[in-house]
Amino acid sequence: MSGPTDNSPLLTYVLRQGDRSLVLAQRLLENVAHAPELEEDMALGNIALDLIGQARLLYTYAGEIDGEGNDENHYAYWRDDTDFTNPLLVEQPNGDFAHLVTRQFLYDAFAAPFWAALAMSSDESLAAIAAKAVKETAYHLRHSRGWMIRLGDGTDESHQRMQAAVDQLWRFTDELFEQDAVEEGLQAGGVAPDMEALRAQWTATVDAVLAEATLTHPEDSTMRNGGRRGAHDEPFSFLIGEMQVVARAHPGASW
Amino acid sequence: MVTDVDTRAREVVEGVEDPELPYVTIGDLGMVRDVQADGTQITVKLTPTYTGCPATEQIRDDVCVALADAGYDADVSFVLSPPWTTDWITEVGREKLTKAGIAPPHQAGDGHETRLDLPVACPRCGSRHTKRYGDFGSTACKTNFVCESCREPFELFKAL
Repeated sequence: MSGPTDNSPLLTYVLRQGDRSLVLAQRLLENVAHAPELEEDMALGNIALDLIGQARLLYTYAGEIDGEGNDENHYAYWRDDTDFTNPLLVEQPNGDFAHLVTRQFLYDAFAAPFWAALAMSSDESLAAIAAKAVKETAYHLRHSRGWMIRLGDGTDESHQRMQAAVDQLWRFTDELFEQDAVEEGLQAGGVAPDMEALRAQWTATVDAVLAEATLTHPEDSTMRNGGRRGAHDEPFSFLIGEMQVVARAHPGASW
Repeated sequence: MVTDVDTRAREVVEGVEDPELPYVTIGDLGMVRDVQADGTQITVKLTPTYTGCPATEQIRDDVCVALADAGYDADVSFVLSPPWTTDWITEVGREKLTKAGIAPPHQAGDGHETRLDLPVACPRCGSRHTKRYGDFGSTACKTNFVCESCREPFELFKAL
C-alpha cells in the first residue's frame, strides 16, 4: 500500500514519541502521594502532567495523520500492550525513590536535546509540540539532576541506593537512541533528528552529573531493547491494563 | 460593519477569565491568536499554554459560553504553531499577576536551562532576597518561592 502519499512512517514515528511520554507519565503517577515530601508529590504530578500533555498532542496529531477518525483516546486506551512502542527505560516499575529519580534523570538528559532537535523539524506540528516540550523539559531536568547530586553525593545509604539504581537502569539507555528505517526515512526529509547525533549530548550531561554525584556507570552492561517493537516486560501489561480499565469498561463515556 | 463585530467579539473573547488564575484573562495571557466574524458566526483560534495544562478544555468551553451570551455562534479551535510563550503575557497581565501575589515570568527566550535560575523579586515587598523551595507549584505554570525579607511564601509564573 505504500506510495508517495503513504503517511505510515510518520504515524509510527509520532506514536513512538507519544508512547514514550505517556508510559513514563503513568509510572510517575503511580508514585504520587508516595514521595518523600509534599513538594516532591507536586513535582511528580506536574512532570507527569507535562508528559501527558505531550502525549495528547502527539496522539491528536497521529489521528490527523492516519485519517481514520481516531482521537487521542483511541491511541491511549484502545491499543493493546504489544502495540505500544515506548523504550523499556520508561516502563521500568517503580522501586525506591533513588530508582525513580535515576530513571527520570536518564530520560530527561535524553529528552532535552531530543526535543531541541525536533523543534527544528520540517514538520510544523512536530516542531511546535517540541518547541514547548523543550522548555518544560528544562525544568524536569533541573529537578532530576538536583536529586541525582543531592542523593548520590549524600549519605552512605543514599549513595549506595543511587549507585544501585544507575547500575540497574543503565542497560536500558541504549534503546533511547535506537533508530530504524522509520527514523532514517524521516531524517532525509528533515522531519526527524538523527538519534546518534543526540547521544553525544546525552553522554556529556550524564557523565557530568554522575561525576558531581560521585556515581559511576557500568562499563560492560549488556544493553536491552525491544520496547519499540512492542516486546515489553511483564509488569508493563499490568500498567497498561490499569490505565485502560475504566475506558474499556465504559466505552465512549464522558463527564 | 464587519469590523465592529470583529472588535466586539474579540473583546468578549479576550475578556474570558483563566479558570485557574481568575485574576487574569486569556487576553492578558496572550492566548487569543485570531477572531474572525462572519455575520454572527465567530471563528476563534486560541493557542494552548502549558502542554499539560488541564484548563485548556475549560477555556474552550468558557469562550463558547461568553460568545453565546453576547449573541454569537462560536467555533473555537486551538493552534499549536507558533507555540505559546510566557513572553506573550501582556504588561497589564504581568501587573495583575504581581497584584495577585504571583511573580511574573522572566523573559523566556529560547528556554535554555541556564535562564531558570535568574533572581526573582518578591511580589509583595519587592525584595530580591528570595529562595526557591519547590521546583513545581500548585498549577503547571508556577513554582514555589519564599521571601527571606518579609518571610511570605509566593509563587513564580514559570518562564516558558
